[in-house]
Amino acid sequence: MKRYSMFAVAREAMRFHRGWERAWRSPEPKKRYKVIVVGAGGHGLATAYYLGKVHGITDVAVIEKGWLGGGNTGRNTTIIRSNYLQDPSAAIYEKARALYEDLSQDLNYNVMFSPRGLLMLGQTEHEVRGYKRTVHANRLQGIDTEWIGPQQVKDLVPIINIDGPRYPVLGALLQKRGGTARHDAVAWGYARACSDMGMDIIQKCEVTGVRTEGGKVQGISTSKGEIDCEQLAIVVAGHSSVMAEMAGFRLPIESVALQAWVSEPIKPCMDVVVMANTVHGYMSQSDKGEMVIGGGTDGFNNYTQRGSWHHVEETTRALVETFPIISRLKMLRQWGGIVDMTGDRSPILSKTPVEGIFVNCGWGTGGFKAIPGSGYGMAELIARGHSPLTDQFGLDRFKEGRFIDESVAAGVAH
Amino acid sequence: MSTRLSKGGRLIDRAKPLAFTFNGKPMRGFAGDTLASALLGGGQVMVGRSFKYHRPRGIVASGAEEPNALVGLGRNARFEPDQRTTTTELFEGAETTSQNHWPSLDFDIGEINNTFYKFLPAGFYYKTFMAPRAAWKHLFEPIIRKSAGLGGVPKEADPDRYEQVYAHCDVLVVGGGVAGLAAALKEGRAGKRVWLIEQTPNWGGRTPVDGGQIDGHDAQNWIDSALVELSSMENVTMRTRLMAAGLHDHGYVIGYENLADTTPGDGRPRHRLWRIRAGHTITATGAIERPLAFAGNDVPGVMLASAVRDYIVNWAVSPGDRTVLVTNNDDAYRTALAILDAGLTVSAVVDAREETHGALPEAVKARGVRVLEGRGIAKVLGRKGVSGVEICAQAGEGGAVEMIDCDCVAMSGGWSPVVHLWSHCGGKLTWDDARAMFRPDPNRPPTGADGTGMATVVGAANGDLTLSEAMGGLGIGAASGEEAPLAPVWMMPAGAPDALRFKSFLDYQNDVKVSDVQLAAREGYESVEHTKRYTTLGMATDQGKLSNINGLAILSDALGQPIPATGTTTFRPPYTPISLGAVTAEAKGELFQPLRRTPIQSWHEAKGAHWEPVGHWRRPYCYPKSGESHRDAVNREITNTRKNVGMLDASTLGKIVVKGPDAGKFLDMLYTNMMSTLPVGKCRYGLMCNENGFLMDDGVVARLDEDTWLCHTTSGGADHIHGWMEDWLQCEWWDWKVYTANLTEQYAQIAVVGPKSRELLERLGGMDVSKETLPFMKWTEGKLGAFDARIFRISFSGELSYEIAVPASQGLALWQALMVEGEALGVMPYGTEALHVMRAEKGFIMIGDETDGTVIPQDLGLNWALSKKKTDYLGKRAQERSHMTDPNRWKLVGLETLDGSVIPDGSHAPADGFNANGQRNTQGRVTSTYYSPTIGKGIAMGLVLNGPDRMGEVIEFTGEGEEMVKARIVDPVFYDKDGEKQNV
Amino acid sequence: MLTLTCPCCGVIAEETEFAPGGEAHLKRFGPGSSDDEFEGYLFARKNPKGVHFERWRHAYGCGKWFLAARDTNTLEVFATYKAQTTEPPADVIAKIKAKRPDWEGYK
Repeated sequence: MKRYSMFAVAREAMRFHRGWERAWRSPEPKKRYKVIVVGAGGHGLATAYYLGKVHGITDVAVIEKGWLGGGNTGRNTTIIRSNYLQDPSAAIYEKARALYEDLSQDLNYNVMFSPRGLLMLGQTEHEVRGYKRTVHANRLQGIDTEWIGPQQVKDLVPIINIDGPRYPVLGALLQKRGGTARHDAVAWGYARACSDMGMDIIQKCEVTGVRTEGGKVQGISTSKGEIDCEQLAIVVAGHSSVMAEMAGFRLPIESVALQAWVSEPIKPCMDVVVMANTVHGYMSQSDKGEMVIGGGTDGFNNYTQRGSWHHVEETTRALVETFPIISRLKMLRQWGGIVDMTGDRSPILSKTPVEGIFVNCGWGTGGFKAIPGSGYGMAELIARGHSPLTDQFGLDRFKEGRFIDESVAAGVAH
Repeated sequence: MSTRLSKGGRLIDRAKPLAFTFNGKPMRGFAGDTLASALLGGGQVMVGRSFKYHRPRGIVASGAEEPNALVGLGRNARFEPDQRTTTTELFEGAETTSQNHWPSLDFDIGEINNTFYKFLPAGFYYKTFMAPRAAWKHLFEPIIRKSAGLGGVPKEADPDRYEQVYAHCDVLVVGGGVAGLAAALKEGRAGKRVWLIEQTPNWGGRTPVDGGQIDGHDAQNWIDSALVELSSMENVTMRTRLMAAGLHDHGYVIGYENLADTTPGDGRPRHRLWRIRAGHTITATGAIERPLAFAGNDVPGVMLASAVRDYIVNWAVSPGDRTVLVTNNDDAYRTALAILDAGLTVSAVVDAREETHGALPEAVKARGVRVLEGRGIAKVLGRKGVSGVEICAQAGEGGAVEMIDCDCVAMSGGWSPVVHLWSHCGGKLTWDDARAMFRPDPNRPPTGADGTGMATVVGAANGDLTLSEAMGGLGIGAASGEEAPLAPVWMMPAGAPDALRFKSFLDYQNDVKVSDVQLAAREGYESVEHTKRYTTLGMATDQGKLSNINGLAILSDALGQPIPATGTTTFRPPYTPISLGAVTAEAKGELFQPLRRTPIQSWHEAKGAHWEPVGHWRRPYCYPKSGESHRDAVNREITNTRKNVGMLDASTLGKIVVKGPDAGKFLDMLYTNMMSTLPVGKCRYGLMCNENGFLMDDGVVARLDEDTWLCHTTSGGADHIHGWMEDWLQCEWWDWKVYTANLTEQYAQIAVVGPKSRELLERLGGMDVSKETLPFMKWTEGKLGAFDARIFRISFSGELSYEIAVPASQGLALWQALMVEGEALGVMPYGTEALHVMRAEKGFIMIGDETDGTVIPQDLGLNWALSKKKTDYLGKRAQERSHMTDPNRWKLVGLETLDGSVIPDGSHAPADGFNANGQRNTQGRVTSTYYSPTIGKGIAMGLVLNGPDRMGEVIEFTGEGEEMVKARIVDPVFYDKDGEKQNV
Repeated sequence: MLTLTCPCCGVIAEETEFAPGGEAHLKRFGPGSSDDEFEGYLFARKNPKGVHFERWRHAYGCGKWFLAARDTNTLEVFATYKAQTTEPPADVIAKIKAKRPDWEGYK
């Protein structure tokens, strides 16, 4: 793999950039792999990457129905944070956040991780108590967060209105090293690195069946033929139930639409990410200058990647209330993704009833930020049979009633 | 250079001149001008800078597809960035400023990027800026961010109003061109309720400019008579300046109407958002002309051919004195004719096709214009304006065969139907090879609630580009002259070398060139979505209206596959950007969300209560006196209540009546404890769990008569619990005879609390509220003074306490009467915080503090409230699961700091060691923590591992900073452990 | 933005008048059921990409719960029907079969 650098770009400039090679190969599938990962989104590609990098397993194929990074990886609001309340969540999201810190260097691909700081506004007494609880929990989890007062919020976010008549800002939970990254680049960077390790990323290849024998996985049927494997990881956010059905089991999951939208670009005016959970909206400003906005999910099962308009209105209202200057900005583009919601709104990284099949799903609205940690833990689960990062996220927890519920700390999990 | 012509201009009113400014320079236009036509008319060809290379940019188009000519409009609170000049109507006093340059439009430091363009190809930032690690955040990103963004930042809150309105119709026709008019006529004559909407101020679309015959009449005459007929139909509603922004599921169309942009501050709503529910939508949205990709096609003065004739015919603006027309189709020759008709010069027509024999080319040739066939433009000369073009063979590699002086280039690469609305909800497209365009596939329309197609397409939007085709599709004869087929031209010349491709722009605003798309393909970004994201093609504020088709043609060519195999990116709403103000409308400030008010709210407001939002309610947190801190006010309220008497507005408490022969059985399923055995006249505290076993709500239940119970819920839980009850009654136990009613807002409820509360009630007279008649946990009803009261002897504070419910209409009067009578007893109101502290002093749990959705009653020492006799209740089975019966669940205890301080909110108790993820082990956390003015020190409740077995043990909690707080595990009841005070 | 017809009051209304309630026809398991049965009742969901039977409440209307048969992939609503049934009525099944011949049926 040719390394990317400023010098390489300068060298290529002299010959009109004719010398760049493919970022990833486009191979035909082999007959058999040790591990097949279904789903070339961020989570699937990261799983493959750490299988190779940490565990030396490179006989891996990543199978993708569409194009890599084309699902929720490419349609989220790019927020990265680890200020979670419950220990298992905090562990995997902080692992992810820490890996993001060095991901550009690790992958030799600039994913533009920007630890610009992230605020979660406290706008009711109840919410304030919830966030303070999170700060104390984070302290013992080794995660750097703090509670700041309304004036400090105003100093960090000059465009915010802290004196809204209905929900004045009482303070905020600040994670200084939370932020954003360039979502597409995360998928592309992992894909390039996986391909470089000799893994096969096979796009436009639809899985049509999962073959099992004696309760053990044998391989998959695809639009590009039969492919055998020893282990199979299903990492297909939005379609997890459909794949599970092929493998013969059911998941505690419902698929719903989540929407996001951006304004036209303006000059930089907000350097931190702000989440306002009482009023249900969050906003950051991209490096291009667009205000990137998201809100809550629809409540009904949906596979269309389109949501209901009234959520757009509700969230926009929340943000105009919080940032009055955006009223005269214009909405440029609105889109939706399909997210898997589990019974406790926390993800599933687990073995399944079928030996050799693993599932990574149920990230709900919070998947992007978890990508490196999720891939790291998932790779360990596949390679070693368990991982401290994933052990608490097994399917067994639903039978036991062992919820990992993040909504308890007053917030919604995004 | 561009200028205003001395005559003509079908849309302008020369009798109404308008003054405006551009970058402070005074300029003039006419009523009917757009900002763009007025700028061009005033000679302003260069109007902005591009996003990445800061290249000079001029006006390219005349409509919604314009990528370049965006300005800041207005000032101060009415400043608006990124305003598209081609769709903004000129108004008196408009202040416009160009964007994305420093220090000035003419001299822009950022243009240095253009010098280094070779070093800044698509995606260069993914390959660079990586070392050292901290450099991205601290060095590179700040620089990139500084140069990022287009428009300026509004500095103040928006002073304007916006509104939202519903509309319903059988048929919505989008687009007021001739196809839309014809479709509306047809539907209107059929008696349908029709809405016809047009995004511009003018009916007729392109046809008045392009001309032709419709139904035997001159096109303009046909349009005029169509408008007369439509206006006369009562079932037809027509609106201009109303754009269909998106077609959403089940025929829900978001319309965006411009009302007062040209009259800022006149008090009318600025924009109106329409929520149109249409039985069927007909899109007649026309087509957009495509640019051609040749080197220097972004130099100011290079424009779409259709735009050039629009400016001439509609606004009497000449984009240039000597124009070179470059085309691959016949339609563009109309521009040559329009230029000639205006008395201007066509220096040459450059046609990429080898031969041109159509009626239109012949007409142009007949007027003495040179038509160069099989030719292309090798490059445009000039930087801030066009000075000439180099002509080459289209089939060649760009070797110049001729240089032609000119100051304007009109280009046409053919037309693309506007298929956005069709596509928003999944309508599919088909590639029309002959016309080189994607057009709607009528066999795969977007489908509605009934599964059938909810939209159809007419006119140019359907790919029927000529007038005769467009109207023929609607059964109307029309003539506009034969047109020969176009020759697809995606790159000019066909063999353009790198040096030319690096200057051939696809996306003008984002500076995406032919070479960028080819680079993306070479690097494996083969999906059209990859290319779009890697190069930012089509991601600018025009959303690729000009660039997308050209871009994916280049991509297809690079991949060696046909265009339909590449496909399009997804069309997403809105069609053009819509203001967030319109999306918000009136829902801001006090009207942001509905405010629920208790009958006593006005009294709290008058007393200057400090508020706490609780759901949509706003409850008094405390009532600070002048100069008093909130903390002091709370302490005073508590002390006074415990010493004298306090009053709480408890009207927000949920009050649900459950009635019927099976009501007792039902409540036994709903509550963990037994409610069917509750005697009439008595009250019982009850717990509700969800099916996961988690404690969900609590409250006092009173049995009103043999088959009627009144269930009190938490303030935030009333609606949810009522819905919950109905869910079970309607969906599971539908044969049970039970009726429920949520009477929360029908009653005002006042808690009168404290040792002098009985005396206060007795002062009002009427009912007997003595201990004998109304002992603890009983209720009674009758006249309290002049009020129809139901009084519950219940207590959430540990004091002698009455909760008095009266019809909502009597609430304020009762409150005031109690205040007057209580004055001598020292009565004071108290707020939610005093309520919280007093209940904590008594060790009572609070839903939302001690519970958080993961806590079961067993955790809170509430086993006494779990019926052992019942075989089932909601949550019972769940509580039998292994994690619920785990002896190591954290349990509720009281906590007392050794130094009397208050443990911080949310504090956790670490345990020894670390878990497998390196996190400190924990053994508990605080759930409620307060300063107790009654005890005189900090008190707390918390959930602690094996807590009830560790009474007296001291453990550490996390403090505000690094230090730890030591606390002793104690009984959670801090005040009046034996309950003597509430039982007097 | 869906439109649904409330089968109880007959009103055709906007999605915003209704509150969604997840998969329909779940069989409740209480005390005495196995761990598997109880887990299945609370959590296992069909979540099909296609025909889905689901619960809705006309929350800002008549207040009644009802059921809908809807395609989660096209958002077509085949029918709405009363909630007081343990499985989809035959006429609803027939309607769906007529429009989706390949549908595997209610299971």
